[in-house]
Parts: sequence; structure tokens; C-alpha cells
Amino acid sequence: MASAVVEQKRVGMTGDEAVAYAIKQVEPDVVAAYPITPQTIIVERFSEYVASGEVRTEFVAVESEHSALSACVGAAATGARAFTATASQGLALMWEILYIASSLRLPIVMAIVNRALSAPINIHCDHSDAMGARDSGWIQLFCENCQEAYDTTIQAWRIAEHPSVQLPVMVCLDGFVVSHTLEDISVLPDRAVKEFVGERELVSVVGHEGLEAPYRLDPEGRRPLSMGTFAMYDLYFEYKRQQEEAMEAALTVIEEVGREYGELSGRYYGLIDAYRLEDAEVAIVGLGSSMGTAKDAADELRNEGVRAGVLRIRSFRPFPSEAVREALRGVKAVAVMDRAMSFGGPAGPLMMDMATAFYGRGGPVMTNYIYGLGGRDISVEDLKEAARGALKAAEEGVEGVPVKFVGLRG
Amino acid sequence: MSSSLPGWKELPMGGVAFRPSTDVKTGEWRLGFRPVVKEEKCVGCALCVVFCPDMAMGLGEDGKAKVNYDYCKGCGICASECPYGAIEMVSE
Amino acid sequence: MSISATLREVARRPDMLYQGVRTCSGCGASLIAKLVLKAIGKPTVVVSATGCLEVATSILPFTSWKVPWIHNAFENAAATAAGIEAAYKAMAKKGLIKEAPDVIVMAGDGGTYDIGFQALSGALERGHDFLYVLYDNEAYMNTGIQRSGGTPRFAWTTTSPAGEILKGKLEAKKPLGFIVAEHRIPYVATASPSEPLDLIRKVRKGLEVEGPAFIHVICPCPRGWRFDPSLTIKVARLAVRTCFFPLWECHWEDGEQIYQLTGPSRLIAEVPELKLPVEYYLAVQGRFSHLFRPKRLDQLIAEIQSEVDANWKLLLRRAGMA
Repeated sequence: MASAVVEQKRVGMTGDEAVAYAIKQVEPDVVAAYPITPQTIIVERFSEYVASGEVRTEFVAVESEHSALSACVGAAATGARAFTATASQGLALMWEILYIASSLRLPIVMAIVNRALSAPINIHCDHSDAMGARDSGWIQLFCENCQEAYDTTIQAWRIAEHPSVQLPVMVCLDGFVVSHTLEDISVLPDRAVKEFVGERELVSVVGHEGLEAPYRLDPEGRRPLSMGTFAMYDLYFEYKRQQEEAMEAALTVIEEVGREYGELSGRYYGLIDAYRLEDAEVAIVGLGSSMGTAKDAADELRNEGVRAGVLRIRSFRPFPSEAVREALRGVKAVAVMDRAMSFGGPAGPLMMDMATAFYGRGGPVMTNYIYGLGGRDISVEDLKEAARGALKAAEEGVEGVPVKFVGLRG
Repeated sequence: MSSSLPGWKELPMGGVAFRPSTDVKTGEWRLGFRPVVKEEKCVGCALCVVFCPDMAMGLGEDGKAKVNYDYCKGCGICASECPYGAIEMVSE
Repeated sequence: MSISATLREVARRPDMLYQGVRTCSGCGASLIAKLVLKAIGKPTVVVSATGCLEVATSILPFTSWKVPWIHNAFENAAATAAGIEAAYKAMAKKGLIKEAPDVIVMAGDGGTYDIGFQALSGALERGHDFLYVLYDNEAYMNTGIQRSGGTPRFAWTTTSPAGEILKGKLEAKKPLGFIVAEHRIPYVATASPSEPLDLIRKVRKGLEVEGPAFIHVICPCPRGWRFDPSLTIKVARLAVRTCFFPLWECHWEDGEQIYQLTGPSRLIAEVPELKLPVEYYLAVQGRFSHLFRPKRLDQLIAEIQSEVDANWKLLLRRAGMA
């Protein structure tokens, strides 16, 4: 309904600025962050908001990313809202705490400005940082552009804090390509954001006193809880199963929140972003900004008589197997684009999940393309080539999953 | 390890503890010696209460030291520290 | 709550730990935790680093903590506390809570001298309002008595054993108290479980100052230091009386950093004859037994003594009592 959509301002912002602006509007209680290229603008811009008094957020300029996430764990454990942002080596340094944050079921929101992992040290875009965290129990949402980075940063809180979820969320945006690129985006009024995210509602647990207590470190000490306990082999497994249940619930919640956000903003989001797939014979599948490029590639292919489409996966964790299978129904060839590698694995990380989603259920012939590592550019022509290659593989027949490299010298 | 532990659907979220440690009777750890308070020598200075690492020593209504044998590990700090020789480690 | 207290009054205060703590018999750490909690005067949140105290008080399904408690990881207790402090501050500013509770970190030497040092230093530099209590048992006890930056010279540990060629840890104990004091925070002190009223007074002071406070407590460990569990307090007392671990506190007055000796250490400063030779302290601990058996290693004992004397002299000078 156009009448329910709130009036929005058009502003020119880079991805980092958009994330910082969204956080300003959400106004979490604590932001603890450490700078790393290409996330630095988020931290710098937010510090300006703090210095000017535009937000009452406590900004903790921690001395490392490990401490950044540790401080967020502490803050979220009190029942407060906590945010941080990082990339690449910073995310790698936080790795230990990622698992703790998700296992303690703390709805922390973190922006990841996707950047390649060292060595060699490289400050440009690829997805290896987020991929290294894909088993950590965090929800991972990949954004295509600055608008989506803004929108998803707002939705993330509702997803994370949903009573059936209670998991931390990574909002991923491509380093430099999105983070430092100026785009004109629509921003919601402050009030609309505040209304949408509301206040953090706490779930209840029954602790050691046998009483229902809000899940937090009680500032009045009346309902004390002990968090971060030690489990032997007789209990650990069950907690992990609980986390998986929460991930499954997130599949529904991500769609619900995306729908509600759509009614507010006019921009609807879900687990996937399907482009011209209704009658497609070949699909390009991938994450992030290069799927925008892929949409151009699909349009050009269509003009050339190839029925091409794009499946951009937005929610990588939880992996939307059902939505993926539904979107690719009738498609006979798929080019799965991986902007990361899993060394020694049978294919790229996204490809492995895609193959598993279709295992035993037939489905399209899939070809894996590793591309864009360390910020290697990918063009419309490259993506058209990939689609054509995938079609050829389907037509000629292939054994298993071919893994190819795009734009690699030698 | 109890086999009657709750399943994953019943356990409280996030691994919060769900029983107080008072259920763990560390007094069962004693290796054959227990502290005995000789009340006629005890003046109720409370040093033993303060020094007990296990909160197994208290002051009774009469102001004298009282041992809680459910939790006393028999470390002997109380006997060692009592300035009045009012506590003796006795074979159980 | 008034700062002065008597033993009897302290003994009657309710314990904020449940009985059934699964520390070793005679453990200094659970005693120190108990004493620290005797000093709290308002709602308090405790943050533990991974270690003996943390594990022994939180083996599922049980907890020994009556106060809200969190354990995050090994090296980030100070960072976790920083986040907690910031969150309560923000919530109080927004009017979502009436008053921020006190935040106390309890960490061992592992999580403080070494792996946790970065987080500690960062939190001190940023001036968060919290109290950090270090229970120093001078090795990574929970993982099996491995050496730490807090292990004293020539002590045996499982990763610095005493053999034919090497006689225990060859490096000095990192002077952590002074390092923390050099962060120029409002309050730093050392304490011993053998002087419980002094410890409690210092905890109160640490909680009352605005900003970071740090208390370094010597924590004898019967298992790791190799002595009979009944001697825990005696060993702590000897550490103080030999000036191996002197008791002092450091605060600011009129823009000046003032060091003061407390308890038996103050007495020894005034009456130097009371200072006991360090070998009285070394001789009761199995972790130093290689200095005495099969034969006395006089030179090494003398090295320890001169190190103790040098540190004592430095402390006296800082306290204006040289």
C-alpha cells in the first residue's frame, strides 16, 4: 500500500556512511569498535555523532577487535543493545568470541565490510572473512548495495532480538565496492526507525534460583544468573542443538521482518533476491554487490536470446535451501559464483551449500566459478561468460561440479 | 553425571546455571580427618569463619564456631589458624 | 557502608557465594573470592576470566555465584567488564535503570599478566569504573601448573621444571602492581588473604573510587606450590613477612601519586628487624624444594633474597620511607 509507506529523504551516502547513519537512528546503548580498512568510516562517522551529542550511545574505543566483540558480549549480557563493525583480519581476530556471542544467545549486530584475508595483506573486497565465520552460529545477511546495507542494518535488530531467534547478526557489505561508493539512497525518518526497532525485549529463563528471570545480568541483583558456564560432555551437545533450532526459526523471522520493513519503506526483503528467474534457463547465483553486475549481465543475455536470471542469496546463514530450490525450479543450468575459497574443499563455500541443497533432489547442473579474490574486478562480460559456460556444461553434460576461476592469470 | 538431565528443549537458554552449588556436598571429599571445635576453648573470635575457603564454618547462636560437615573439605586451615588451639583435626 | 570492620562482624555478613565450591581443599582463590564479596555494599556484577575460580564455581548445572555473573573467555575479562560498565552507564543515562551496579573482575595471573594484559591495559587507559581483582597463584593452575609471567624466579612449574641444567623459571616475576600503577589509575593495592580486614578495606576503597581500581592479591595454591592445604594462610603470611609480597596501596592526592605501605609491611618498614629472610618462605613450598634438596643452592637463594631486597627498597623509596 503506497499510503502506508512512510515519507523518506533522498541522501547521497557511501555504504559505510549508510550503516553509521542507520546505527545513529537505532541508537544502541553501546558501540565498541576498532578501526580497520574498509570499515573505518563507520567508526569515524559514528564517533562524530557521539561527539556532537546526536546519540547517547556509549562509544568504547577498544584496543583491538577481540576486545570490541568482548565488550559487546558484556554489554549485550546486561540486556543492552550493542553494535560493532569490522572486516578481514579484525573478524579473524574476533573468531574465538564469535562462537561465544552466538552460544550465549546475545543479539549483537555487527557490520562486516567484506575484505580479503591476509596473506598477502589485501584491503579489497572478497568474502573470505565472512566465510571463515560461517559455522560460528551468527546470522549472515549479504547486501547488494548501500540502500540494502542501510535497510538491513535496521532490520538486523528485529531479527536478532526475536524471541524465537536470540542470535547475533552479521550485516555484510562489500569492501570499497559498497562501503566507499556513493549512492543516492532513501532514509527513513528517525521516529520511524525507532518505532520499527522498538526497545530490546528480553526473553526469560529459569536460573539457579528456580525462578523466571529476564535473560540479563540484573543491575539490581534480584534475579541473578550465571552466564558462560562450564559444561561437560553430558550437556554441551544440547545447547548446540538449541542454537540450530534458533537458526531454523530465523528463516521465518528474516522473511517476516523483511515484509514488515517493506510495508514501512516500500522496499521488501527476504531470504533471497530473485531476478528474472520465472522462465530462466540459466541462473547466476551469488552473494553481494557483484550480483548487481550479474543482473546487467542477465539483461544483456536476454537481449541476445538467452533466458538468463539471477539468484542473489541474501541470507547465507541460515542457508535458505527451500527458497533456493523454489527459485531455481525449471532452471537447467546454474553458474555459482564464489568470492571466497575453501582450500582443499571440493568446491567454493557457496557451491558446497548449493550442492547440498539439491542433493538427492535432482535440480540444475551447476558449475562453480571462483572470482574476485582480493578485489579482482568482475565485469558484465565475465558474468555473461560464466552463464554461457554453465549452459554449455548443462547441454554437454558434466561429471560432478566443475570448479573454474574467473579472471585468473596463468 | 546424572542420566536424568533435561533434554535440549527443556534446558534454559544460553547455558545459564540452573542449580545452586549447595547441591554439591564437598564434605564428601574429606580424606579421613575432620575439624572438631572444643567449645570450652573457643572464644568466638571468628578467625576460622573468616579463613574457611568453603564457607563451612559459622558462628552459632552461642557465638562459638560451628562446622558444616556437608561442605568441610578437611583442609585444616581452621585448626592451623585458631589462636586458642580450639580446633583439632580428628580422624573420622 | 563504613570502611572499618571487625572480624566477627565480617564473619556474620552473608556470603555471596553458595557453599559447594569445587576448588581444591585449602584453595586460596575461593577464600579470596569470598572475602572480596564480603566487601560489597550494593548490587554487584562479577566478571570472571577462565581459570580455577571460574571453572570451580560454574560446572553445569551448578553455580556458586549468588550475584549476577558472567564468564566470557580467558583474555578478555577486562574488555567484557568494560562493555558491561558502558552498557549500565548508557542505560542509567537513558533512565532505563536507576543506578549502575558495581562491576568486579576476578581473574588469575594467567588472564591478567599474560594473555589478558592487553584487555586490562586498554580498559585502564579508557578509565572504566570497575574493580579488577587479581588472584595471583603464580602459574596457570587450572590447566596444570604451567608457568606464567607471574611465576617467581626459580619456582618449579610444569613448563619450567627444575632439572640438572635449568632450575625452574629463570625469569623474574613481572612487577604487575607497579605496571598497573603506572597507568595512573585512581587506586592500586596489593593484599593477602592472611590480612583479611586489610583486603576488605582495600576492596571497599577500590569500589568507592570513580574509575578503575586494581587489587593484586597473593593467592597461595596448595596443589601448585606444593604445601599442605592447612598452611595456605601461613604461606600467605610468610610472603608478606619476608617482603616477598609486600602490602601497599597507591592513590592520588592533590595531583600527586602517593604510595603507602599497609599492615605488617608498614610495621616492617618502621622496624626493619621484623623482616624475615626469604628462605623461611621458600622452604615451606615444594615448588622451591630444588633450592634446598639434595643440596642447598646458596647462590640461587641469595639471588632471590637480593631481588626481594631490591624490590622492597624500591617500594620504600616510593612510599617515602627509604
